[in-house]
Amino acid sequence: MRHILSLLLENEAGALSRVAGLFSARGYNIESLTVAPTEDATLSRMTIVTTGSDDVIEQITKQVNKLVDVVKIVDLNEGKHVERELMLVKLRAVGKDRDELKRTADIFRARVIDLTEKTYVIELTGTGDKLDAFLEAIDRALVLETVRTGACGLGRGEWIVKAS
Amino acid sequence: MKLSDAPQSASTEASSNLLSGAEIVCHAMKAEGVEFVFGYPGGAVLVIYDEIHKQNNFKHVLVRHEQAAVHAADAYARATGRPGVALVTSGPGVTNAVTGIATAFMDSIPMVIITGQVPTYAIGQDAFQECDTVGITRPCVKHNFLVKDVGELAETIKKAFFIATTGRPGPVVVDIPKDVSMAKAPFHYPATVEMRSYRPTNKGHSGQIKKAMQMLLSADRPMIYVGGGAILGNASAEVTALVRMLGYPCTNTLMGLGAYPSTDKQFVGMLGMHGTVEANMAMQNCDVLIAIGARFDDRVIGNPTHFNAGNPTRKIIHIDIDPSSISKRVKVDVPIVGNIKDVLDDLISQLQNAEQKPGNIAAWWKQIEEWRAKDCLKFKQSDSIIKPQYVVQKLWEVTKGDAYVTSDVGQHQMWAAQYYGFDKPRRWINSGGLGTMGVGLPYAMGCKFAFPDADVACITGEGSIQMNIQELSTCKQYGLPIKVILLNNRYLGMVRQWQEFFHGNRHAESYMEALPDFVKLAEAYGHVGMKVEKPGDVEGALRDAFAMKDRLVFLDFQTDQTENVFPMVPGGKGISEMILAEDL
Ligand SMILES: Cc1ncc(C[n+]2csc(CCOP(=O)(O)OP(=O)(O)O)c2C)c(N)n1
Repeated sequence: MRHILSLLLENEAGALSRVAGLFSARGYNIESLTVAPTEDATLSRMTIVTTGSDDVIEQITKQVNKLVDVVKIVDLNEGKHVERELMLVKLRAVGKDRDELKRTADIFRARVIDLTEKTYVIELTGTGDKLDAFLEAIDRALVLETVRTGACGLGRGEWIVKAS
Repeated sequence: MKLSDAPQSASTEASSNLLSGAEIVCHAMKAEGVEFVFGYPGGAVLVIYDEIHKQNNFKHVLVRHEQAAVHAADAYARATGRPGVALVTSGPGVTNAVTGIATAFMDSIPMVIITGQVPTYAIGQDAFQECDTVGITRPCVKHNFLVKDVGELAETIKKAFFIATTGRPGPVVVDIPKDVSMAKAPFHYPATVEMRSYRPTNKGHSGQIKKAMQMLLSADRPMIYVGGGAILGNASAEVTALVRMLGYPCTNTLMGLGAYPSTDKQFVGMLGMHGTVEANMAMQNCDVLIAIGARFDDRVIGNPTHFNAGNPTRKIIHIDIDPSSISKRVKVDVPIVGNIKDVLDDLISQLQNAEQKPGNIAAWWKQIEEWRAKDCLKFKQSDSIIKPQYVVQKLWEVTKGDAYVTSDVGQHQMWAAQYYGFDKPRRWINSGGLGTMGVGLPYAMGCKFAFPDADVACITGEGSIQMNIQELSTCKQYGLPIKVILLNNRYLGMVRQWQEFFHGNRHAESYMEALPDFVKLAEAYGHVGMKVEKPGDVEGALRDAFAMKDRLVFLDFQTDQTENVFPMVPGGKGISEMILAEDL
């Protein structure tokens, strides 16, 4: 089953490779991994999307927790949460495709953030499913490039992941 | 009286408060009470060596290979319980040390390894003797640090010792670039460190402990399974008290030998791949199992599916300091995370206050005695050829069971574990997790430095001993009267044994031709060598060797080439599926 794990870790050189290295050394899957500093500059927040049986996820959580640089790990699947992913898509946009693509983008609440005579760059945020759906809705032949951030997420309401 | 006196003295005072990184390393060692640093010099650590030369707070031991430096420091830690310290140079110094670090990591040994690094400005330039030490060692350390600022050096070393020795122990590497060793900073060694990201749990949950107690008291077929964690956690006395109090059978793993005295009646022997029938059968057939500082690894319980499917109603209690060891290979019913000593103290006091007493388990003991009666460790004695098991038995007699015994990896290791009755913790020093051939001699060195007056024996094979034979030179330099017990079967015996069982008896590259004359070799290094070929000479040779209190004696026992280790659980099988000597 798919799980979304949220980590707080020391914003130290090498902390990312400790986490990534653990996943590869123990044969765990990483579907996506995102990391950036937080409002507290000494901490980074990492979101990992992984898959595995309950036993495997339990091991992953315990093993990650054991890393000295990891301050906290929570499995967002244990409660209600929201998640988002950002995608940028560069599309071939000429002739009648231009309007068609714009219309589809509007339906998905995507925005054109760059354009030339022949291309659009479209920005779209949502769950992974929504991003997939957008790509399915447009003519594949027009897709020049895509880049996705991978998911990030937060628990809902008062569920707060803090360092202490 | 010069005018400039006052300002000058002020500035000397200010600068005298500044220490170089190299001095900080030495001061930190002193603050940690380090007795020995095992190491080998090179360019990136020359400044540190220069400072070592000027101080006498700790002794530096110059080995002949960095791998041996780490092994010796590791053994010092295993034998004393205090952290071992090694110091190596950058690049090849580090890569040579990696086997030692990985060995210590697999067995959770508290160590600090200081490694030199090229100067910070040269990092990433493919500089001479540069390697990514933090990257190379990351998967085989508890934690590692690259110190880029001399101002952080003292605190980093403090953290390294703190991390290495608390929670589930392990090796920690501190990588110090040469310019950081040379740069100066004020020295302040913190008495304690706080790390928000590292707070091991020590105290076990009392509700869980109560559940464990009730489960134990209502058992009909209980079993106590004790691993290396009990030794690392200095909980032998508590284990012994618990086992005696309950009157239940107890087994130790390879790493746990000595945690519970092996000559005691309640001890059913080591379990696992080469465990006794009584230990493995009790493990498989018990109704309540308590695992203490053990991790159900493949060499211990064999195939986990067989272990569970063969006895699905078995209830398991598991005490460990490391939550990730719990329910990793085998699901448990009552997990207790905490320091073993503290948890057992709680458990024992709860048991003392309980109204319920342990049930009558006479029927279970009767069953165990039947298994024990198989006498699975008996071997055919011979009067013409030396049986390796016999040498170990005699060693036990001659040393009155009180030596520090190190071993390498192979058949000799298993015979040492099976036939030397360890009654005390920290006496049996071997590489259980990584199974590193070549540890035996450096392990013996570490023990001898720690306990100069104790008997130290290294039980080894002719394959393994040659993996760090150069350390005979270190032993000479420091006058270490170790006794090397070579069980020389002219084969990579354990490999040959597997080939016999699982590869159609084809001896692919397991016979070693052109072995050296070990007697002459020992003599060339300045030691005493003895070759022993007849069973009748074994005991006398051992007595002579141990009587030479101040000499290293290398005993080359020519042993039976065909002997195998029994019982044996073939890889992938369940632990009750043992092959016994009598089956063949
Ligand atoms: C460094 C290393 N390389 C290879 C092995 C695989 N191995 C395990 S036991 C063994 C044979 C050991 O032979 P020897 O030291 O002569 O001991 P014996 O089994 O004959 O007692 C080998 C090669 C190992 N454990 N460690």
